[in-house]
Amino acid sequence: MHAPLALEIGLARAAAGLSRLAGAGGGTTLPGKLLWKLDPGAVDRLAARLPQGSALISATNGKTTTAAMAARILEPTVRLAHNRAGANLVSGVASALVVARDAELGLFEVDEAALPEVARRVSPRAISLGNLFRDQLDRYGELELVAQRWRELVSRLPAGAALVANGDDPQLGAIAADRPGSVVFGLDDPRQASPALQHAADSKWCVRCGTPYEYAAAYIGHLGDYRCPACGHARPPLDVAAREIELDGLERVSFELVTPEGSTRVELRLPGLYNVYNALAAAALSRSLGASLEDITAGLQGFSAAFGRFERIQLEDRSLLVLLIKNPTGANEVVRTLVAGRAPKLLMVALNDEIADGRDVSWIWDVDFEPLLGGLERLIATGERAAELALRFKYAGLPEEAIEVVPSLEKALDRGLELTPRGGELTALPTYTAMLALRDLVVRRGFVKPYWEEAA
Amino acid sequence: MRLVVGHLFPDYLNIYADRGNIAVLTQRAAWRGHELEVRPIGAGSAVRPGEHDLFYVGGGQDREQELIAPALAALGPALHEAVDRGAAALAVCGGYQLFGHFYRDQSGDELPGVGLLPLHTVAGERRMIGDVLLESELEAGERRTLAGFENHAGRTLLEDRAEPLGRVLAGFGNDGESGFEGCRAGRVLGTYLHGPLLPRNPWLADWLLAQALAHRSGGEPAELEPLADELEGEAHAVSAERARSRGGRF
Repeated sequence: MHAPLALEIGLARAAAGLSRLAGAGGGTTLPGKLLWKLDPGAVDRLAARLPQGSALISATNGKTTTAAMAARILEPTVRLAHNRAGANLVSGVASALVVARDAELGLFEVDEAALPEVARRVSPRAISLGNLFRDQLDRYGELELVAQRWRELVSRLPAGAALVANGDDPQLGAIAADRPGSVVFGLDDPRQASPALQHAADSKWCVRCGTPYEYAAAYIGHLGDYRCPACGHARPPLDVAAREIELDGLERVSFELVTPEGSTRVELRLPGLYNVYNALAAAALSRSLGASLEDITAGLQGFSAAFGRFERIQLEDRSLLVLLIKNPTGANEVVRTLVAGRAPKLLMVALNDEIADGRDVSWIWDVDFEPLLGGLERLIATGERAAELALRFKYAGLPEEAIEVVPSLEKALDRGLELTPRGGELTALPTYTAMLALRDLVVRRGFVKPYWEEAA
Repeated sequence: MRLVVGHLFPDYLNIYADRGNIAVLTQRAAWRGHELEVRPIGAGSAVRPGEHDLFYVGGGQDREQELIAPALAALGPALHEAVDRGAAALAVCGGYQLFGHFYRDQSGDELPGVGLLPLHTVAGERRMIGDVLLESELEAGERRTLAGFENHAGRTLLEDRAEPLGRVLAGFGNDGESGFEGCRAGRVLGTYLHGPLLPRNPWLADWLLAQALAHRSGGEPAELEPLADELEGEAHAVSAERARSRGGRF
């Protein structure tokens, strides 16, 4: 026997409030975990009460930003239940459902491995699949395995559910091609292609026959316009595309958003090609949920940053630029973006090895940090695995005298600020739990509000 | 001296940051005034006798290992000849499995190996994932530790009289039961440890370089001039502590 749903929700909401009062953080998963304990099926029933259903967003990289962009597009016309702070397992989705009162539509970013279970429970009306890169092999297993589970999940979706997928990713292009009515998005601007596939490229071999793909344009990792010379498997035609992309250093990027309903110029207040992919995913998903091209453009242009992904925090007379790094492809794009702006002379990199960061830190050796070395005068290596990170830069050729190992994040932040001139900016690249800890430090010092108090 | 490393199938077998191992070998050779040239070896490459002083092979995902296993096996005779003439080798993770006699997957199908190490591998039910710490004695009387990270479903079984690379102090090792990790046959080493292995275990990089230098000069391996390894020592200590506090066991 279950307690009545209303009673369970009341208890779970009270728990979220208590968690905040006790200073234990945002209570972003506690109510969900409690509800989960009380009644695992409550998630399904709560989701079923949303009058406009739910939409799910998953990807190795960019799911928090994509979901935040879609929220910005949809919010003016619909009340959302949204796991904004990135708690993206079943418990995080449950919590967002519990705390959102009177929500009409669920908008959830979902962990790659948790996607099949979340989809089974909430029966989404739309799913966006953004990309699959090698990430935390100790936690997710091999990329092929995740792709296989996604393939099965898509094959079980009811005919009415919308699938939005990044056609530039061969694994996802193949999934979309097998499902009639899928919406495929991708980049269409060979001027922005990399000269060669990056070291960390993953799905380089034809998903059908194993022959290496030929790329007319490779954009990020293995994302691009590919074709198998042996069996002909190729990127599917794009329904939603970005053309005429103009990158503008660390500040912004603009592009022509091409959809079946027409085209429009979009100016993003975020840098980098990877944010063009995030914007395309958000645009294609919102479109399938009924948003107009005007809503989409306004939402994307009004968007500034998702939690800790690309955040500039003012600390009295200095600023702190925080760019999350969590796997080779994502970190490569952060490096590329930094170098395209003004490469920092002073850099703080924070490497933790908690479960959410990945306990296996070998991935830092697959990141192309080398382009940063030209202008780098001092590196502050911090976090639980600071020494390993220092080795990464030492063996890349940075002189040992230029490296300071300061495992304590707080001391490293103080040291970094001390070395930053007045009016200057300290660039910090933290892994996930280091980003949370860093943010917590600046919250405690009163420079930013805790995320659960920020306006949506 | 100029040393040549043959990097086997670097485009396919590179999943656990194998290039970190290559970077450590290259820099530690350069800091002693030696030049290390890395030559990729792929399908159809010729391995000329005496050309390579050291071979390196890394790990890949199952699919990539299936794609290259036949081509690697075809290089077997040339690799055996090179090793018989004194070339050294380091095989990590998937490459370690393929340096044995065969790898048998869940359905019973076998991938051929090159047979440089007296072992074979059978796919297991549970993945062995976590930090590892070994004690190794490559030179009689010199006990050293190796710290790394393992992530494998294969259970590697050493055949009769095979010598392990080390004794497991914490973590799973070859099969989670025997208490042994890796395998050593003369100058050929195989192991599941990545992390990558060499940055936080620089003594092993130096041991490999000493074997490679001996191959090139035709003499006996000599101790290399020591380097300032404080950062390496710190990284080793943290990794070893991780293995002791959270290394895997069944």
